[in-house]
Amino acid sequence: MKAYSLFKKDIQSELRTRYAINALVMFILVTISVILFSIGSEKISEYLTGGLLWVVIFFSAMSGLSRAFVSEEERGTVMTLHLIASPNTVFTGKLLFNLILVFAMNIVIALLYSLIFDSFVLKNLSLFIVAFILGNIGIASSSTIIAAIIAKAGSKGTLYPVLSFPILLPLILTLLELTKFSIDGASIGESYVELTVLICYNVVILTASFLLFDFIWKD
Amino acid sequence: MSNYQVKVEKLTKIYGRRLIFKDITFCFNQNGIWGISGQNGSGKSTLVKILAGIIGASKGSVTHLLGEKKITPDKLHEHIGFVAPYLVLYDEFSAQENLMHVCKIREVPFNKEKVDYLLNEFLLYDRRNDEVKGYSSGMKQRLKYIFALMHSPKVLILDEPTSNLDSSGKETVYKIIQSEAASTIVIIASNEESDLSLCRDVIQLEKYKMIHSEEGL
Amino acid sequence: MVWKSILFLLMAFVIIAGISFPIVEHPALWYQFPIIPGLEEKAKIIFFHVPTSWLTVIAFLTSTIYSVQYLRKKDLDDDAKAYAAAQIGIIFCILATVTGSIWAKFNWGSFWNWDPRETSIFMLLLIYGAFFALRSAIEVEEKKASLSAVYSIIAFVTVPFFIFIMPRIMTGLHPGSANDTNAGPVVNFKMNSNMLLVFFLSLAAFTILFFWMWRLNYKSIIYKDKLTKKLV
Repeated sequence: MKAYSLFKKDIQSELRTRYAINALVMFILVTISVILFSIGSEKISEYLTGGLLWVVIFFSAMSGLSRAFVSEEERGTVMTLHLIASPNTVFTGKLLFNLILVFAMNIVIALLYSLIFDSFVLKNLSLFIVAFILGNIGIASSSTIIAAIIAKAGSKGTLYPVLSFPILLPLILTLLELTKFSIDGASIGESYVELTVLICYNVVILTASFLLFDFIWKD
Repeated sequence: MSNYQVKVEKLTKIYGRRLIFKDITFCFNQNGIWGISGQNGSGKSTLVKILAGIIGASKGSVTHLLGEKKITPDKLHEHIGFVAPYLVLYDEFSAQENLMHVCKIREVPFNKEKVDYLLNEFLLYDRRNDEVKGYSSGMKQRLKYIFALMHSPKVLILDEPTSNLDSSGKETVYKIIQSEAASTIVIIASNEESDLSLCRDVIQLEKYKMIHSEEGL
Repeated sequence: MVWKSILFLLMAFVIIAGISFPIVEHPALWYQFPIIPGLEEKAKIIFFHVPTSWLTVIAFLTSTIYSVQYLRKKDLDDDAKAYAAAQIGIIFCILATVTGSIWAKFNWGSFWNWDPRETSIFMLLLIYGAFFALRSAIEVEEKKASLSAVYSIIAFVTVPFFIFIMPRIMTGLHPGSANDTNAGPVVNFKMNSNMLLVFFLSLAAFTILFFWMWRLNYKSIIYKDKLTKKLV
């Protein structure tokens, strides 16, 4: 409940300052249009559209998700948070915030994407949705803990993708594979191994984050 | 009344192999006003931050006791009120909203009477719905007192309590500190004569260690 | 001193044996290696390439262990040890990548194929790179130590996904990939006992090499630190 109140504070603050949202929306537009320009009138394969989708998602995530912690650090309100909430509450609240942000962002991206690219046809939509949900949880949780690290380090903007990429890569590779499967129309049963990998990844990252967040938070 | 104690044992803080202070031991075992003084750079702020659990110590321990019960680090923030010049509240919210959010995150009921009383005392009542962005630094400092006192903490930690305040602000602060001191431990880190004169005992920090003053602790 | 002599003897033997022992069709003498179809002379890379990547993994493991240790004890010496291990790790990671890549050119036809094992070593490189980038971005030493410790632990828990899971579920060229008909790594089959012996001696030699280099490295880091700070 405390985490939920913290989350509500963040949402209200975000709505007022538009710290992350504006950057995110513009970033989505920019990446998608860059892809469109580079493709031109070329016809690209289905697999490639599937891959490009995750490229757009990764870079958009990198542009906006660090805000949860960086905004507190930049304004110097970290100490206030220290005084009103335990580390667990803080992390859960920020995680909730990033989850909402990731889901909103990725749903927008996926919708836009399927409108723009005719060749992006998913034969097995339910598999894609399952993978999408699990993937979003994974992206949100690992980007939250990396954002916490980044906020305490010096050069915030540039370091974020550098640190996140190796951590997110197993997730993205599995998601690419799953997207390929759902383009091919494979059933959920056939992609059992990949889905398990996603779940394991989420469990591992979340556990590690909750255990380690204390050390980041208290300096 | 309340039997809260703050015990500090052999506290050492090292920042990047640079010693801030070493082997500090004391105990605030009674309600009242306690002082910490020392030259600039002697580690006053570091010490109070460690006391408040905002940063960790390198060696040694800080124990907060309520009666016989030790307070665990993740509950500590419920018992502490903290005011410092480097504390920042949320700019984009009004005073009222700041306090409301803080209450909700702490999961304590919003005590409107107490907040209104404090807002009146600190002359912020009329401006309570303005965004903190537009406040002067003195007003921000006064708001921090409300933030610190709102949840009736057992320990009130004040780092440079009167910085940025005008003389009427100072008087209000002294008045409130003195009335709070009956039921809480108030810790003041300051070098101002007028602040320290309120204290029942003052700890002197000097050259990495602590010098006792006045009566023993 | 004892360890240094052992290291010298082992390394000397491994280098001589690994490079000069002939590969023949029907090994009869103790120093002859059998032919592995499709690899022939190129099979000898196993004596150097695999131990190099093995050392990379040990370095990474050591670095993580000392990161955990640092978070528990907050002793900057532990941080220096973790840092020193990572420094050696990245050197050998690059060596493993380069040797593997050159070998791949001759055996698989191109320098880089995005085989799952290649992906995983590339990942390790990225993680090391990110680790050093993070360290250089932070001024305060405690912060540097604890943040990089946290990062290396988080990286460490995601690495098994690359090293153990990815190569198994994805098709690849290395032994042990999903489309490999043989059950395990190349070690379990086709190598005769003297080849195995040289291989394991090489692993042992590289392990000792790591600990020797690591000790030198962390000691010099700690001394340098103490000299520049002149305190504690």
